[in-house]
Amino acid sequence: MKVKHLPKTHISVQKLNVFYKGHHALKDISVDIPEKQITTIIGPSGCGKTTLLKSLDRLIDLIDDVEVSGRILFDGVDVLDKRVDVLNIRKRMGLIAQTPSPLPMSIYDNVAYGPRIHGTNETKELDQIVERYLQIAGLWNEVKNRLTEPASKLSAGQQQRLCLARALAVQPEVLLCDEPTSALDPISASHIERQLFALKQDYTIVFVTHTLRQARRLADYVIFLYLGQLIEHGPTETIFNQPSDPRTKAYIEGSFG
Amino acid sequence: MILSTLIILGSLFSVLVVVLYRGAPALSISMLTQTSTGGYYLGKEGGILNAIVGSAYLVGGGTAIAVTISLPTALYLNEYASRSKLASFARQSLDVLWSVPSIIYGVFGFTIMVYLGIGASLLGGIMALALLELPIMIRGMDEVMKMIPLKLKESSYALGATKLETALNVVVRQALPGVTMGVLLAVGRAIGDAASILFTAGYTDSIPRSLFDPAASLPLAVFFQLGTPFPEVQQRAYASGFILLVIVLSLSIASRLLTRRATAYVIK
Repeated sequence: MKVKHLPKTHISVQKLNVFYKGHHALKDISVDIPEKQITTIIGPSGCGKTTLLKSLDRLIDLIDDVEVSGRILFDGVDVLDKRVDVLNIRKRMGLIAQTPSPLPMSIYDNVAYGPRIHGTNETKELDQIVERYLQIAGLWNEVKNRLTEPASKLSAGQQQRLCLARALAVQPEVLLCDEPTSALDPISASHIERQLFALKQDYTIVFVTHTLRQARRLADYVIFLYLGQLIEHGPTETIFNQPSDPRTKAYIEGSFG
Repeated sequence: MILSTLIILGSLFSVLVVVLYRGAPALSISMLTQTSTGGYYLGKEGGILNAIVGSAYLVGGGTAIAVTISLPTALYLNEYASRSKLASFARQSLDVLWSVPSIIYGVFGFTIMVYLGIGASLLGGIMALALLELPIMIRGMDEVMKMIPLKLKESSYALGATKLETALNVVVRQALPGVTMGVLLAVGRAIGDAASILFTAGYTDSIPRSLFDPAASLPLAVFFQLGTPFPEVQQRAYASGFILLVIVLSLSIASRLLTRRATAYVIK
């Protein structure tokens, strides 16, 4: 077997521990997330997948009674360092939430919101940004004649693509996806999946899912969490074909989860 | 459901009918276009334009001040201090203030005015009404902002937005219908309140020309006219009450229409 060239590490999680109100939600997680690949985090519900994802861009700070320790190196900078510019970190890591969550404004403003808060105010430039990212998200043709309508009028699938466009519009390097297709119908879900697959050329994608088939289809790299512990991680084929831990094997064979 | 609707519509309707029935004979255009003259309360010529304009100034000014203070306060309570001891203490205090009788605000305002050396004036009335409106507005806005899902704010923070940007762009927009309702609730109480402005704004037959002139008001116009022994003046009290009711109703409908467009953007 030919040894593949290992991709560069983009985010390095080192000894990450998270406590929620005293509950030890993540235990000593250490894992490297490769650049411009799709890394999926799998595991049964409540195992800490979303917690790990939200630790990466410190959205976990929004929750009360959370204690985080360890290091998360993002291009060499420790995200968990109190002195770090957390707004900049979040700008560089886009988030696609579990259920589509458009902002209470028009379709256009949803995409333009991010660039605006980061200082782009010229109408012409914003027009271009909005069109470009709606194109990439595969929504432009459906909404180009109704950009001023409330985003809430779109269907769930369209809303999720709008959220993708919104996340891309601030030009992040990483996309964090928290089961982004779980609330969508199969057609919309495959739409989003295809777009994410195409986006991995330019973005590092971290994708939480509880669907093993989806992980297998999309992922280059798989992280398996169980009860807050990192059980195993590695290239997709290895995890699915030759898991080394019996718990991974059991989960992949569908014995639990 | 139908019964409760009927009870509510019925009471609104019967109040309108009674007031209109008792006041209709006195309703006239001149009532809306003329100010009171000396003999007005004895049944002579005149109108209550001074009270209509006075009320508009008083409530307009009080509401402007109250909104300017309430919106930032409600945002602060929710976005910056949400579960701190300070916030729950502030909420409790506001609830107490909400139920303080308005005459207390009037006396309190009056005491401060005496201390500052201001007599009964438009300014004094505006201050008293602003105080009366504050707890209603803040708690009204606060309750609506509390309901905004974390998910919505999260999508703003995830783009690298600051707290302030999230509060102003996302929280305010999402809470807009509730904010309007809070303002309306406060305006409704202020425009109909007589006790808080009795000492602070006083009463006058002319339209105030400066902040330091006393100001007339509709509730006090009703009160004074009803207090006279003359049936025709008492009739005018009902007519004034009817005008007050119509103003409140139109304010409520107008604000609903005005915010309808903005409400369409709210995420359900």
